[in-house]
Amino acid sequence: MESFDWTQLLDYALMAMLLAVGVAIVRLRNLFAAVMLMGVYSLLSAAWFVSLDAVDVAFTEAAVGAGISTVLMLGAMLLTAREAEPVKAGRHWAALAVVLATGAALFFAIGDMPAYGDPNSPANAYVGFDYLIRTPQEVAVPNVVTAVLASYRGFDTFGETVVIFAAGLGVMLLLGFGGKKAKKEGGE
Amino acid sequence: MMVWVNLIAALCMAGAMALMLSRLFIGPTLYDRVLAANSFGTKTVLLLLIFSLMVGRSDGVDIALLYALINFIATIAILKFFRYRSLEIALAQMSLRRAIGGDDE
Repeated sequence: MESFDWTQLLDYALMAMLLAVGVAIVRLRNLFAAVMLMGVYSLLSAAWFVSLDAVDVAFTEAAVGAGISTVLMLGAMLLTAREAEPVKAGRHWAALAVVLATGAALFFAIGDMPAYGDPNSPANAYVGFDYLIRTPQEVAVPNVVTAVLASYRGFDTFGETVVIFAAGLGVMLLLGFGGKKAKKEGGE
Repeated sequence: MMVWVNLIAALCMAGAMALMLSRLFIGPTLYDRVLAANSFGTKTVLLLLIFSLMVGRSDGVDIALLYALINFIATIAILKFFRYRSLEIALAQMSLRRAIGGDDE
């Protein structure tokens, strides 16, 4: 720890912006602005995932969080009012207590986590090391996580992909892209 | 040397993102916010590109391209929602119907 890693500054900047956006989402009463801020939050957290070297997580976050869920939230806003109503003061305290308890439990658990990049941690010591050695020869994909997901656990991933495809189909059916045309013009 | 140039560029980009965020928070009209969100997405794409240059991995470029596409689609969806209060009907049909019948929804 003799020299300060200046690229950490970027992480701090991203985290500060995440915090600011989170507070703003809670404070804003305008639902349009909240939907847009949630899209921004998702973009920001995906950027942060990239800077933490979790490229595939960032990919999923960008596609699902910023893309699909913004459209879904807008569709949900069709069914409700444009402004949120203020919550009664008594309910704030219960929510705050739950959040504080959960946060304290998480902070308590930090002490048991292995250090970042520790070679003896369970994630690096057993099977993970094997994957790191074998992937260049067996699969020849630069990203080891991709190799594990798409090749070593290919059947698992195939099942997940089917589920995600079904979810996408469900969203398409709910939003009804182009399906209403014939019905409406026949009715007029 | 190159590392420092990249880092300074990335931090400047983060500063620009913070400015966009302030416009998103205070923006009086909805269009200010749409514009700020779109511009924020563009800044994120640029930050990702700079970052992938910094680390020397090309994975970031793929994600940056995906962001650019998603940003575009989300902006179109939001603007369509403002204009027509609906996401159900295609844009081409909307303008066609308005041109023929003149009924402005």
